[in-house]
Amino acid sequence: MNKKFILSILVENYSGTLSKVAGLFTRRGYNIDSLNVAETQDPKLSRITVAVTGDGYIIEQITKQLHKLINVIKITTLTEETSVQRELMMIKVNAVGSKRTEIIQIVGIFKSTIADVNTKNLTVVITGTEEKNNAILELLKPYGIVEMTRTGPTALERG
Amino acid sequence: MKIKAAEAIVKCLEAEKVKVVFGYPGGAVLPLYEALRNSDIRHILVRQEQSAAHMASGYGRALDEVGVCIATSGPGATNLITGIATAYMDSIPLVAITGQVLSDCIGKDMFQEADIIGATQSFTKNSYLVKDAKELPRIIKEAFFIASSGRKGPVLIDIPKDVQDELIEFKYPEKVDIRGYKPTLSGNPRQIKRAVELINKSKRPIVCIGGGIRYGNATEELKKFIEKSKLPVVCSLMGVDGFPNKSPYFAGLIGSHGYNYANRAMNDSDLIIVIGARFADRSTSMMNKNNVQNIIHIDIDPAEIGKNMPAKVPIVGDAKEILNDLLEYDYDLDHNEWLYELQENRNNYLSKSLASSSLLNPKLFISKISEQMGDDGIWVADVGLNQIWAAHSFMVSGSKLFLTSGGLGTMGYSLPSSIGAKIACPNKTVISSMGDGGVQMLMSDLAVAREHNVGVKFIIFNNGKLGMVRELQKNAYGEKSYFGTDVGFNPNFMKIAEAYNIKGMKISKEDEMDNAINEMLKDDEPFILECIVDPEIPSVPRLGGKKNE
Repeated sequence: MNKKFILSILVENYSGTLSKVAGLFTRRGYNIDSLNVAETQDPKLSRITVAVTGDGYIIEQITKQLHKLINVIKITTLTEETSVQRELMMIKVNAVGSKRTEIIQIVGIFKSTIADVNTKNLTVVITGTEEKNNAILELLKPYGIVEMTRTGPTALERG
Repeated sequence: MKIKAAEAIVKCLEAEKVKVVFGYPGGAVLPLYEALRNSDIRHILVRQEQSAAHMASGYGRALDEVGVCIATSGPGATNLITGIATAYMDSIPLVAITGQVLSDCIGKDMFQEADIIGATQSFTKNSYLVKDAKELPRIIKEAFFIASSGRKGPVLIDIPKDVQDELIEFKYPEKVDIRGYKPTLSGNPRQIKRAVELINKSKRPIVCIGGGIRYGNATEELKKFIEKSKLPVVCSLMGVDGFPNKSPYFAGLIGSHGYNYANRAMNDSDLIIVIGARFADRSTSMMNKNNVQNIIHIDIDPAEIGKNMPAKVPIVGDAKEILNDLLEYDYDLDHNEWLYELQENRNNYLSKSLASSSLLNPKLFISKISEQMGDDGIWVADVGLNQIWAAHSFMVSGSKLFLTSGGLGTMGYSLPSSIGAKIACPNKTVISSMGDGGVQMLMSDLAVAREHNVGVKFIIFNNGKLGMVRELQKNAYGEKSYFGTDVGFNPNFMKIAEAYNIKGMKISKEDEMDNAINEMLKDDEPFILECIVDPEIPSVPRLGGKKNE
């Protein structure tokens, strides 16, 4: 049965490592839902967080193949239960006249912030789980979304 | 004292005990060639870079060392690609060094620039673009270690020309420490115990070996284990030389082009013990996966276990170590009937397969030559019908090697890699068997055999067809569907031999075989033997339209 997984991949920070990790997904025919990467507290290491959908067999295959990459040090498979997950989303939404107050209320309820304002629209920034972000997105859609971007989840193991 | 990075590369190669490199020079490797000129490392100039990779591959496999090939940037590097991919699929230890355009020009589409790291990413075990000359000694040390340890494979080092010219303090590291690379060698004792229990409970067990037996230097251990446990052995194409095929326990080659009865045996067995094999699509294509009951899968690459077939007992580790562990247990099986059945099937098959015919039966011919090539000979089979004939009929004994491109199925592999093998082992008989299609892929490298007096015996089975593809066409679309598989024109191979100043001989009948073998093996000169064979001889009888083998 297909399920969402997050793979947290600790890699040595050499040039080409990200391309090797991403390339492996392409070459073996696995789909990436989202991917993000940044240096860790140790500048020699980076953490790549990949969200994938697949069954147990696929996840096992991906993990084994990733382990074969020389620069991959550690892979942790994270689920919602075992990890803290957040994604960042920015939404530029139409906000003219009375609509503006309504939007500001929604932003307040979701404890998100308004990062940019002009006469026609607002840019809302929200950090949360995928579900929370989906919820605010649905609420803002009727006002007309001009542009949006979201990062996909990044995650850390609990405890 | 500082030295040029190019000289440091050569010093690193010397430290790795590299004696021969196969290469083709060019602008981006000029500094490296200048350093090589002043060293004792022997350089073999190939005629096409693909041959450099294949020669290094044959050289490495023959000696169980890392083969080294060198090419310049751009087209030199891209010509290596097929050889690198071949090495990757068959786990061959190889270090490929390529020149690259000047560091600050990378990405600007300079003359002879190609992103060779990107191009080879999915079929190198690891690759390095060297940006800082000081890193070179560590990188080269790591490259040799990675290529030759764990599941072996090719490593590519791409070095910009200006980096080769930099001055560095040279110190070759004594140890490697790569955080993300620690191959597992020892098998888990609990799993080994479980495996033994399963073996002792089985009624119709079968051992299936792959290239990992040879790569892991485990042939002796395997022999001892089989003699102790009395288990029958089948092999994959890569495992042909892993077990003597005259042993009463040998039960044949499996797979799409294996023996019918060996495939049947896999289906009828109640326990399959896979050792050092991927258990890939071609090996398992004749198996009814629903029939398979229990699999014990032993391999050094954890990613291969459970990839193609579910394993009941997975054991990750080195074949030699694990076989030694297995040897410590006692085996008490009641499977004589099963053994007897397999032996009878095999003898029946061989007597038919090696039957005489007035025309030339290539299988009979191959078995005869392989019996006379010495117990340490090396056979290098190309790809196509000739590969299957050779895999079926090559007589394994002593320390004989059977090299072929099993995974990638690279036509043209045999000619250059046999030259590499003979350069590695000048005192051994090395035979290259090819079809008339495969020989023409890298035929220009016959020049290397002549130039360096490399006494490979080249056998061309000439049927005027691309026989394997033709057979596939026939079985897929019927006999009238042959297309593009008729080699409309072949050169006069005897004149080719003459042009390269290599002795040649052409035969077409069975009664000419013995004389040809004598002529061919009587000295240590290169030799071209052209055998005219009937284009209707199939790979295996099953695929030739006859029902029984």
